[in-house]
Amino acid sequence: MNRFTREQMAARVGRDIPNGAYVNLGIGLPTLVANHLPRDREIILHTENGLLGMGPAPEPGAEDPDLINAGKQPVTALAGAAFFHHADSFGMMRGGHLDCCVLGAFQVSVGGDLANWHTGTPGAIPAVGGAMDLAIGAKSVYVMMDHLTKKGESKIVERCTYPVTGLKCVNRIYTDLAVIDVTAKGLRVIDIVDGLSLAELTRISGVELKD
Amino acid sequence: MIDKTVGTAAAAVADIGDGATVMIGGFGTAGMPSELIDALIDQGARGLTIVNNNAGNGEVGLAALLKAKRVRKIICSFPRQTDSYVFDALYHAGEIELELVPQGNLAERIRAAGSGIGAFFTPTGYGTLLAEGKETREINGRNYVLEYPIEADFALIKAQHADRWGNLVYRKTARNFGPIMAAAAKCTIVQVREVVNLGDLDPEAVVTPGIYVRRVVEIPMAAKFVAQPGAAA
Repeated sequence: MNRFTREQMAARVGRDIPNGAYVNLGIGLPTLVANHLPRDREIILHTENGLLGMGPAPEPGAEDPDLINAGKQPVTALAGAAFFHHADSFGMMRGGHLDCCVLGAFQVSVGGDLANWHTGTPGAIPAVGGAMDLAIGAKSVYVMMDHLTKKGESKIVERCTYPVTGLKCVNRIYTDLAVIDVTAKGLRVIDIVDGLSLAELTRISGVELKD
Repeated sequence: MIDKTVGTAAAAVADIGDGATVMIGGFGTAGMPSELIDALIDQGARGLTIVNNNAGNGEVGLAALLKAKRVRKIICSFPRQTDSYVFDALYHAGEIELELVPQGNLAERIRAAGSGIGAFFTPTGYGTLLAEGKETREINGRNYVLEYPIEADFALIKAQHADRWGNLVYRKTARNFGPIMAAAAKCTIVQVREVVNLGDLDPEAVVTPGIYVRRVVEIPMAAKFVAQPGAAA
């Protein structure tokens, strides 16, 4: 079966982000999107630890311990950047000022519920960070994830079995097999990997998918 | 004359008592007031409730305070990190209580405490494990969770510059929780890299007005905090 590579997934997300957008890229796979934002657009990256206008990683030797991203990796600040404190940072998120955030996920339900913070494994130390704020904060919430778990189970589900991060919050899902919009009338496939039929994708996913 | 500067970190933290609630600034190690924490460890207060975004990295700063078993409870959003092994061991041994709070709710609860808000409705966390048992309300078709302020006896934070009135300017993303913790605590103690003369800070650029600050300790940037190639954040 063909699959979109991670780079292809990131490039596809990047193409869908318009000029002038304020965007938060979550930790993990979504971070790759930063390398695939169209060069002819000005897109302003937000990091929830207090920076708008985040730039790429610094040259080796130029790291500044006071200038990091939400993953605590060294970053740079572009010309035009702004620093602010945590309550402002999450206020701009919760207040609906961010155009888009891109998040990883364990599961997304057909209704757009997101599970991405906790596996619920007994004994696991729970850690939530900004996941719940991001899930409900941006105008558009995009999820990037593998379509199937390593065991071959669909990560798109009728109801999340992992603890949810937010309810009815996901707008679009980018997987290695398809791009799927979450709509009021159900899941709508807007792109699919070459050689895969909608019927086969539906069978693999175990949920209803529309063209 | 008002002079909030204090000579040493030890003098600045001397009156933090057993069982106190102490906010500690910083996101990971950016903005963490390491020298004030070291002074608190030396001072010996125990049974503390700590408010921080994380639960310590490696064995320095907050992690060292945890390792010294001075902390009864931690209120934070993201305890589990690749180098949070001190917290992890205490948690698994049942030797520390954890109150997990979504990061934006943590920030807003701290801000609420500093600005006299009794409680607030937030959409973050609605319908999740972290809102179980909490009061909820539908407002204009959207669901919210009632959250209460987090107050503290002390805040230990770090800034770049201060004057003797306690006005503060921060540096880059080390600002993070500093301004809101400064307002939320009864006694805010700041370590700054440099104390400047009154009037040297541009009033248009002051981030934390001195009204929120009780004590200022000058601790120049240590060589270990100057950017090093490959230094992990």
